Amino acid sequence: MFDALFVMALGAIVLGAALGYAAVRFRVEGDPLVEKIDAILPQTQCGQCGFPGCKPYAQAVAKGEAEINQCPPGGEEGIHKLADLLGREFKPLSAEHGIEKPKAVALIDEQTCIGCTLCIQACPVDAIVGAAKQMHTVIAGQCTGCELCLPPCPVNCISMEPIPESVENWKWKYPVIKLVAAQEVAR
Amino acid sequence: MSALRQLFRFNGGVKPAYHKEASTTLPIAVAPAPTRLVIPLHQSIGGPPRPLVTTGDRVLKGQRIGGADGNVSSAVHASTSGTVLGVEMRLMPHTSGLSALCVVIEPDGRDEWMERQPFDFHAATPTATRDYLRDAGVVGLGGAVFPSHLKLNAGKQGKLDTLVLNGAECEPFITCDDALMRERADALLKGAAIMRDMLAATRVLVGIEDNKPEAIAAMEAAAARTGDDSIQVVAVPTRYPAGGAKQLIRVLTGIEVPHGERSTDHGVQCFNVGTAHAIYEAIALGQPLISRIITVAGNVGQARNYEVLFGTSMRDLIAPCAPLPDTDRIIMGGPMMGFLMPGDDVPVVKATNCVLVGSRALFPPPPPEMPCIRCGECAKACPADLQPFEMYWFSRARMFGKAQEYHLFDCIECGCCAYVCPSRIPLVDYYRFAKSEIWAREVDKEAADQARERYEFRLLREEREKQEKAAKLAAKTAAGREKAAAALAEAEKPARTPEEEAKHALIAAALERAKAQKAQVQPENTGDLSPEQQAEIAAIEARRAEIREQAKPHLRQDD
Amino acid sequence: MTSYLFIILGAVLVNNVVFTRILGLCPFMGVSKKLETALGMGAATTFVLTMACGASFIIDRWLLMPNQLEYLRTLSFIVTIAAIVQLTELVIQKTSPVLHQVLGIYLPLITTNCAVLGVPLLNVSLRHNFLESLLFGFGSALGFTLALILFAGIRERMEAADVPTHFRGTAIAMITAGLMSLAFMGFAGLDKFR
Repeated sequence: MFDALFVMALGAIVLGAALGYAAVRFRVEGDPLVEKIDAILPQTQCGQCGFPGCKPYAQAVAKGEAEINQCPPGGEEGIHKLADLLGREFKPLSAEHGIEKPKAVALIDEQTCIGCTLCIQACPVDAIVGAAKQMHTVIAGQCTGCELCLPPCPVNCISMEPIPESVENWKWKYPVIKLVAAQEVAR
Repeated sequence: MSALRQLFRFNGGVKPAYHKEASTTLPIAVAPAPTRLVIPLHQSIGGPPRPLVTTGDRVLKGQRIGGADGNVSSAVHASTSGTVLGVEMRLMPHTSGLSALCVVIEPDGRDEWMERQPFDFHAATPTATRDYLRDAGVVGLGGAVFPSHLKLNAGKQGKLDTLVLNGAECEPFITCDDALMRERADALLKGAAIMRDMLAATRVLVGIEDNKPEAIAAMEAAAARTGDDSIQVVAVPTRYPAGGAKQLIRVLTGIEVPHGERSTDHGVQCFNVGTAHAIYEAIALGQPLISRIITVAGNVGQARNYEVLFGTSMRDLIAPCAPLPDTDRIIMGGPMMGFLMPGDDVPVVKATNCVLVGSRALFPPPPPEMPCIRCGECAKACPADLQPFEMYWFSRARMFGKAQEYHLFDCIECGCCAYVCPSRIPLVDYYRFAKSEIWAREVDKEAADQARERYEFRLLREEREKQEKAAKLAAKTAAGREKAAAALAEAEKPARTPEEEAKHALIAAALERAKAQKAQVQPENTGDLSPEQQAEIAAIEARRAEIREQAKPHLRQDD
Repeated sequence: MTSYLFIILGAVLVNNVVFTRILGLCPFMGVSKKLETALGMGAATTFVLTMACGASFIIDRWLLMPNQLEYLRTLSFIVTIAAIVQLTELVIQKTSPVLHQVLGIYLPLITTNCAVLGVPLLNVSLRHNFLESLLFGFGSALGFTLALILFAGIRERMEAADVPTHFRGTAIAMITAGLMSLAFMGFAGLDKFR
């Protein structure tokens, strides 16, 4: 009996000491997981997830403080990717954080704009140019469609315009087998 | 010569019915002058050109109407003289049925050329020649419309071993290159010689499928006339897709261009014969690319090759060929790789090598798709040595990463796999779907990376501004404290000394003088004015004074 | 010499831990969704299992048997394995971040892999010497890796297949595993050299 206790205690002490030493000796700073999660997120910096930007959300997800289904711009596909990366189950997009919308860019109605610069301050990616009492305009190519400029505008002159389909961004559609009535085949 | 050459072979390929005889019985005709030209600005790979004309402008034949935007782009020219009716969105010859910016020209019927001057490329630097070709709108006429000036680059070594001219023309129905080689072999070879000089290539191999004996004979005769034995005409076995660039290079030189590398890395560059002709016209004649030879074939009474101005409507083009009444579709390109047009009112562009008129009888609707049985026929037929059934499997399941692992982007979309598939799966449709999805994701990823960078920079800037502000505030309060301390010290000091008093008086006198001077000086531009102007100024001044008076109480309130 | 070869071959194919001994099914089902993760898990298990076999042999032979404490075998083996896994993770994380990224979350999972406990126990019951224990552990781990990779390859493909709705996910995976197990039973007939 005493032998058993002694052997187990010895084992525990030796192994514990080894692990304790290793934990100090081989300490690693930083979390590479955050970078990987951040790379999947769409970088709209819209804050719809409840965090101030994509990186904080990535940190929260990495720590397990946030669900993976809180990013509406990333959509279903983004959730699938996060689920794959983190080995979690796929969940449908959480409704309280918003819905997946087609990609859009902000457009300032330049007739109504009073040049208050509030939207410039709100834009997370500096995609609005203008100065005080001067007309503002959106650089469409840089706009992430985060909609953060909509609420601050005092005259509601900003609207979201969906990006139209053009010959350049047109995509081949998924091949669909056409169902043809039997008579038509016979013809 | 050609009999002695050892040829190689590419794996796979198919032998479809060729249907080429119908359009080669008659020589090339000039298409009837259209009543209206719709010239799309974006006709090549790369950035869309900027429009250089506006509504109402008169343009001459060959005048540049779209300027290349950046180096990876190509200019567009007016195909005939006339008046610009507008620069507007028009239906494109594109499967999507979408519109893009086009220059609409009403021809004046005079077909008046702008001033043309041959370009002396021997005297010019290679860069200048390439810029010239870019501005002449020369692009690859095999169908991919890649700007030719970008390909006329000798690569890392500064010289090439072989220039391959692609006259294989393997796709059924299409005979435009065949006709070009029969009738314009000499001009074509002059273009080839120019390209050879630009690329510093040692030899030129013209690969022609052996089902075009007339073209081979014409080209051989022309090659003999040049007296230049670096140009050789080689008959290659007829097998689709022998006209694919990589496949033809393989057959002629035995070089297999590996995944992710360019043929120039292996000392070979490949051009279509039509491109050689276009380069001859651009450099030797000073004519930009404004027309090309197009085969009209399929469900028509008389198939034929036409020299067509870009911007001509396909409907106008096929009209003289008498399309049969059961015509129900128009395909740009051939039956294997062609694209279904959204209608017949689309313009002919640089990529149009063939306008294939189709009907239900000629191209019956495909039978229903059946499950893949993994028979491997597609892998046997694939000329790019890919595994089509794997790419299909993952493209269909939208597992694009996996599809890319099977080298989806090495697929040339030749359609051999779909041609041999016993389950009649439209494989190429799946590849096109997967490719465009992957491209879209790539674009999104790039945008996201840019947004991240900009966001991080903004955070950085905000942080910096905050610090600067804090520093300024700290400095200000420090200064304020000092001032207060100084004032305190001042109060404690005894009255001013006489010297200080004198200094003070001097300063006050100087200030007084300055004030008086200021009152005397008049603004210079009010020197010699007419009485009316002076009256006007006086009125304005009066109004200003009035406003100042009115504003005073407010100002005081504010104070 | 051939007996060593037979130990390895037998552990990999004939007595495959997963398909014949039905050990380590939890990570087998859990991390076989993707080929890369299967490879990572396989590599991590191979390393840990070989180490665990060596360590447990030493503990058993030099600590437990002299003191007639064989009844503590399971307990002490578990503690040893857990410590080895933890230590391995710490060391790898520091010395080779790349490898750590590959193995990543799979390393701690190995602690709960019953194959890692089962194989040292089998070593004891089969009365293997030190070298045989190491080889047996290495072979078993190779067998585990093989099973994992084969299964992951099939599952990746199955992801894209038209599986009837009710069979999607774990159900079809179980059926596949059963079929593979049947296939591995074929190796039981490999007694040519006996």
